[in-house]
Amino acid sequence: MSNIKYILGSFGDPDEMMHGIEKLQENNITIHDVYTPMPIHGIEAKLGVKRSRIDIAAFCFGITGTCAAFALIYFCAVIDWKVNIGGKPSFALPDFIPIMFELTVLFCAFGMVLTYYASTHLFPGRSPRVMDLRATDDRFVIAVDAQENVSHTVIDGLLKDAGALEVKYNERKYISYE
Amino acid sequence: MGTHNINFSEQFEFTGKVKTLSIVGIALGIAAIAYGFIAGDKVMHERTFANLLLMGYYFACVCMSGMFFLAVQFVAQAGWSASILRVPQAMAKTLPIAAVILVVIISAGLYTHNLYHHWNADGLTDPNSPNYDALIAGKSVFLNVPFFLGRQVLFLGVYSFFAIMFVKLSYNEDLAGGLNSYRKSFKNACIFLVIYGFTTPIFAFDTIMSLEAHWFSTMFGWYNFAAMWVSSLATIAIIIILLRRAGYMQWVNNSHLHNLGQFIFGFSIFWTYVWFAQFLLIYYANMPEETVYFYRRFEYYKFWFFLNLAMNFLAPVLLLMDRDNKRTDVRLLFVSIVVLLGHWVDYYQMIMPGAVEDGHNGFGIIEIGTALGFVGLFTFTVLTSLSKKPLIAKNHPLLQESLHHQL
Repeated sequence: MSNIKYILGSFGDPDEMMHGIEKLQENNITIHDVYTPMPIHGIEAKLGVKRSRIDIAAFCFGITGTCAAFALIYFCAVIDWKVNIGGKPSFALPDFIPIMFELTVLFCAFGMVLTYYASTHLFPGRSPRVMDLRATDDRFVIAVDAQENVSHTVIDGLLKDAGALEVKYNERKYISYE
Repeated sequence: MGTHNINFSEQFEFTGKVKTLSIVGIALGIAAIAYGFIAGDKVMHERTFANLLLMGYYFACVCMSGMFFLAVQFVAQAGWSASILRVPQAMAKTLPIAAVILVVIISAGLYTHNLYHHWNADGLTDPNSPNYDALIAGKSVFLNVPFFLGRQVLFLGVYSFFAIMFVKLSYNEDLAGGLNSYRKSFKNACIFLVIYGFTTPIFAFDTIMSLEAHWFSTMFGWYNFAAMWVSSLATIAIIIILLRRAGYMQWVNNSHLHNLGQFIFGFSIFWTYVWFAQFLLIYYANMPEETVYFYRRFEYYKFWFFLNLAMNFLAPVLLLMDRDNKRTDVRLLFVSIVVLLGHWVDYYQMIMPGAVEDGHNGFGIIEIGTALGFVGLFTFTVLTSLSKKPLIAKNHPLLQESLHHQL
């Protein structure tokens, strides 16, 4: 068994890369991931990427915010320190709503940013993990797991046939580890 | 679906059951209105007029906002909507008819004193009269019959002028192609949006808020704008879904529905935001001249008050939040119908407490009949104008983007 962990096909053109994905899939070679410098229409469907669940996360964060705001105001204004405002009952729900709304938005926004950082391993001060640096610039990169797919020559041939400008064999998963 | 098998001259045929039903609707409406005028006493007359105003206003507002939809698409240079523009165009083309009907209803109501009797009755502005009302007298510079009617005619006339112009430009584009029509539409859409933005609040103040002329709210214009805009979006969605189910417009895919669903979802929340902003300020400040509005609604129209929030806020938020619900035509259709009925309730509790003072909560033959009549009229007029031209603007410069629209 070789030390090669990932085979990267580096394309100069998104259409050729899409063609490369098709070629690999026709030959039952599982694709680890694809890295592109810009979003490409229809690529999720082609790769069978599962739908992002960030909306569910957002909903949970939002509801947490709503409840937190309600609990805070309820404790302050109804239990701990009642203040007579214009003779209204201390539990005046319409007055609570703007703050509940704001905290919903705040929790939702912060929660989504943190979720995004956590799922992409991006944190301030941490160098990003990249398989091929040029995928952030001008190359469209298909990554194939070399341990799972043993026929490296076939993969190499398929990628080159599809128009890969370069095929790399990486012994480390991420080249820019630190 | 590939774009090669699209029939660019596909035309809607307005025949059969839909046509019969819309005519039956109109007939029922006329019968209900006649019943209200002949059988009833003064309260019934007021109620009939209030219902006519409600549906006349709703009809005009839906058509106006169809026009607004067109203008927004041009100004934003939106590509996704290029293939569905014929539907709002048909609505915009109906605007002159709706405008004439609304002006007729308003003038009839003014001159029989059945509508707007809060500021248009004998002696209200005469200091020597027992009916003298200092507040109304102070407002009479703005709220007097000639100026009021003049504003109505001017606003509706300007909207209708732009509506017809946009529709004409699009038909010319079908024949001539090129970018001329698109450029002209863009330029005129910019002008129109400025005019529309400044005049719709005044239009809403005049038509609806002046029913209770002592009360005022600066939020009211935007509150009405949100209501008319979201109900128009729901109408567009309903028409498109039903056309698609009848076998037309097969190029409309789930992503177009998704966009419309997002619009309905977003602007339902905007409506709630404006509604709540108006409510909260009045609730918090608790000044008698302002709270009187909600006092009346809470005292006599409590059921409608909460039904309004349930249909226009809870229903769209809970049912349209999920992505799949926006993309499934049955569910979007259901929510659109709920929103459309919801804004009837919204207008109902805006208009009724001011226009019908002695009878509260009137709901029966007149309400249902008038609503059916106007739904029939809307269906008839809009589908007639839709059937005149192909269902797709084949030379729209952004058409390909719309045909391949994918979210």
